[in-house]
Amino acid sequence: MSIRTSYKLRLMRKRWRIRAFRKRRELKQIVNNTAKIKPDDILVFSTLRNERRRLPFFLKYYRDLGVKHFIIVDNNSNDGSAEYLMEQPDVSLWWSKASYKRARFGVDWLNWLQMRHGHNHWTLTVDVDEFFVYPFCDTRPLNALTDWLDASSIRSFSAMLLDMYPKGSIDDAVYHEGQNPIEVAPWFDSANYSFKKNKEIGNLWIQGGPRARMFFADKPERAPALNKIPLVKWNRNYVYASSTHMLLPRGLNQVYDEWGGEKASGCLLHAKFLDTFTEKSHEELARKQHYANSHEYKAYYTTLKEKPDIWCKWSEKYINWRQLEILGLMSKGNWA
Amino acid sequence: MSLGFIMLVHTALDRAAQVARHWATRDCPIVIHVDQRVSRRDNRKFAESLADLDNIVFCRRRRCEWGTWSLVGATQDAAEMLLENFPEVRHIYNASGSCLPLRPVEDLKDYLQQRPRTDFIESVTTEEVPWTVGGLDSERFSLRFPFSWKRHRFLFDRYVEIQRRLKVKRKMPENAVPHLGSQWWCLTRQTLSAILEDPKRKQHDRFFKRVWIPDEAYFQTLARLYSTDVESRSLTLSKFDFQGKPHIFYDDHLQLLHRSDCFVARKIWPNANRLYDTFLSGDRTSMASAEPSPEKIDRVFTQAIERRTRGRTGLTMQSRFPRDGWENGKTGSPYSVFEGFNCLFTDFEPWLARRTGARVHGNLYDPRRAMFAGGEKNYYGSLSGNAMLRDYDPKAFLTNFLWSTRGERQCFQFGPNDKQAITWFVATDNNAQVNVISGAWALTLFHSNKNFSTIRKEAARLQKIEMKHLDILRSPYTKARVRIWTLADFLEDPMHHFQVILDEIGPRSNRRLTEVPTMVDLKGFGRFLQNLKNQGMKPVLMGDFPVTPNSDIQKPDPQKPYLVR
Repeated sequence: MSIRTSYKLRLMRKRWRIRAFRKRRELKQIVNNTAKIKPDDILVFSTLRNERRRLPFFLKYYRDLGVKHFIIVDNNSNDGSAEYLMEQPDVSLWWSKASYKRARFGVDWLNWLQMRHGHNHWTLTVDVDEFFVYPFCDTRPLNALTDWLDASSIRSFSAMLLDMYPKGSIDDAVYHEGQNPIEVAPWFDSANYSFKKNKEIGNLWIQGGPRARMFFADKPERAPALNKIPLVKWNRNYVYASSTHMLLPRGLNQVYDEWGGEKASGCLLHAKFLDTFTEKSHEELARKQHYANSHEYKAYYTTLKEKPDIWCKWSEKYINWRQLEILGLMSKGNWA
Repeated sequence: MSLGFIMLVHTALDRAAQVARHWATRDCPIVIHVDQRVSRRDNRKFAESLADLDNIVFCRRRRCEWGTWSLVGATQDAAEMLLENFPEVRHIYNASGSCLPLRPVEDLKDYLQQRPRTDFIESVTTEEVPWTVGGLDSERFSLRFPFSWKRHRFLFDRYVEIQRRLKVKRKMPENAVPHLGSQWWCLTRQTLSAILEDPKRKQHDRFFKRVWIPDEAYFQTLARLYSTDVESRSLTLSKFDFQGKPHIFYDDHLQLLHRSDCFVARKIWPNANRLYDTFLSGDRTSMASAEPSPEKIDRVFTQAIERRTRGRTGLTMQSRFPRDGWENGKTGSPYSVFEGFNCLFTDFEPWLARRTGARVHGNLYDPRRAMFAGGEKNYYGSLSGNAMLRDYDPKAFLTNFLWSTRGERQCFQFGPNDKQAITWFVATDNNAQVNVISGAWALTLFHSNKNFSTIRKEAARLQKIEMKHLDILRSPYTKARVRIWTLADFLEDPMHHFQVILDEIGPRSNRRLTEVPTMVDLKGFGRFLQNLKNQGMKPVLMGDFPVTPNSDIQKPDPQKPYLVR
């Protein structure tokens, strides 16, 4: 890397940091339990809007993995999400009614909160519909992984977004509060992904899966990115450059091996396609608060009108992480 | 009382205390060295928790850093103390705070009792060690290493470089031959005291202070000078990964550890409650005199290293994205590409499927959509047959396709009418078997009902594409197994050519070929080619066809498609 690009990236990182610093004013603190955070605790960071129905399971899932504290930004929910979160002893809540889009889809807010509260902690940045799966997650808690990463001097851990979907129409996949959404939408595409390398920042750009297949077949280059690096040993100098897809400094994006080997990686099971989705895409389209003029939601909306079945006879049904490992969607690397 | 432990502790003190208590209450004296970096408060708490046991003593604390002399120093202190305070000890076992006994101490004692003069210390000469980190093996001894590898890597590397350039070569102490091995040894009092009480110990220590990672060299080298019976293996089960750091054991390794019959394992994750509860409970049954057999565990960890360094062939994923040439094989399994065969034979695909048992697809790179076998819209892995998606990343399409169908031979058709972007990839893939009948596409034109001027233009276009394609297949970079026949050549002896192809594909075809697919009607094809020539286009890829209709080209009788040889 030339000094020039190196300096350019440094400036970029500084810029995102300043931006996060400025955006802190849009956040209003509702509950602050951060004093309870202990030095070795693993923290979850998340932004959400109107996710009341999903919250109980979301919190339970990550508590069971061993997450000790949740730092959440509520973007002006009106369905009682905030009230529910306020009652939780391990949640610190911020609220904002400012534009999600102008906070770069929440990234600026979370960058700020990570700068403040994430320093020297393992942080997991996930949405409420994303469920982190890693090698041995059924037998080893999350801090087994982070201890191992620490011992191996690895600072960031990749987990590709794996879109899960139901069989039959999305509207029929009714999700009830407290339920595991993967039970409702257990299917996924096992080998339908394309990989490109972003030369500048060094991250991989992954596209494909059911969303490309169903909604972006005529404009595949616009299919949403599936690469994510949600688990990072945070330092206050780090920033997420674009959602959790890429980080700066760019060494953090080196989560893949280029010499034929496999590094350890996980998956984020993405339970987006539930009955809540049609309604949500409606609303999001009206709010125009999503990436690139919400083109993603426009595509969903047009296709969804036809009540499509994302499922096909080659879809795989989710069993456990070992299945994902065998299918080559994630890897144990040298963790045994 | 015949066995004593040295225990080096720096983290997870509560676990270390648990293990120390386990050994001490079973009549094994222990000398513990606590790293100076442990805070005074934690150390006091740790010492207090073991204060009720009078066969545990603590030695002088040093600041220990990986790869430096401090570790050997700490071990020496502890060993001296152990030998002095507990004169009845015969074997001294060097352990760490993250060790865990897997078998009852009685087993270990019996085992050592039966081998009273044996020193268990892994000790191999530098020439035979494949596992050294950083490319340093014999240089560990011949150079000096005053800088920390962890904290001052730059200085470390530069200083090594300078010494190499100056051809620095330190002299080994008298009679000593460099040996390396695991620092988790078990030595007899005789050997250990001989090392520690040697009149030349000062010289030895001075030499090893500047050796790199002396804890893996000091006792290993010196034991060779004094021991009468070195058994070059460690009684501690300890595995190292490709970067030289120890593998860690978790609760889910319980069964593996159980079956290993090793005495002690390292390193255990401090929160592996089930392991600690199981192996430290008092009611462990003795396994009599079973020999340790770590092979099963070895296999698990060898596989892990293999996966990390070589990966799974043909897989591209979020954490495996090989650079060009580093794939260890571009695709997951062997496959065959057939070009021109479905132009020459009307029922080629079902015939091939029948003959080989392979999955035979149509033109996967057809401009309209991928023609999967059985007319499927999607295929394994939910791979979409949509042309736009496929052409967005044609390579990923093929690698995905071959990855998720691995285990079953795949064959597909290809031709100049298809999207050509994949050519280089297939040509440079040694899993590919490419069979080409060049110019066969002309038969389709010949049978089409189009105006001749359109046909001529089309023929010129396809010929140009195919020539370019063949140039690539014939390039020196090609790794695929390529066979190219002109149409005329192929027709000379189709049975023979098929036999060669099928033999290579698989075992199903080891019987002699008795049946060939139905050939299209070739009558007048020579004339057709001549017409193209007359119109100013030069068909070159088909080979030489005589113009006269009564040519000597053999064409199977359409009524009898079955040929018997």
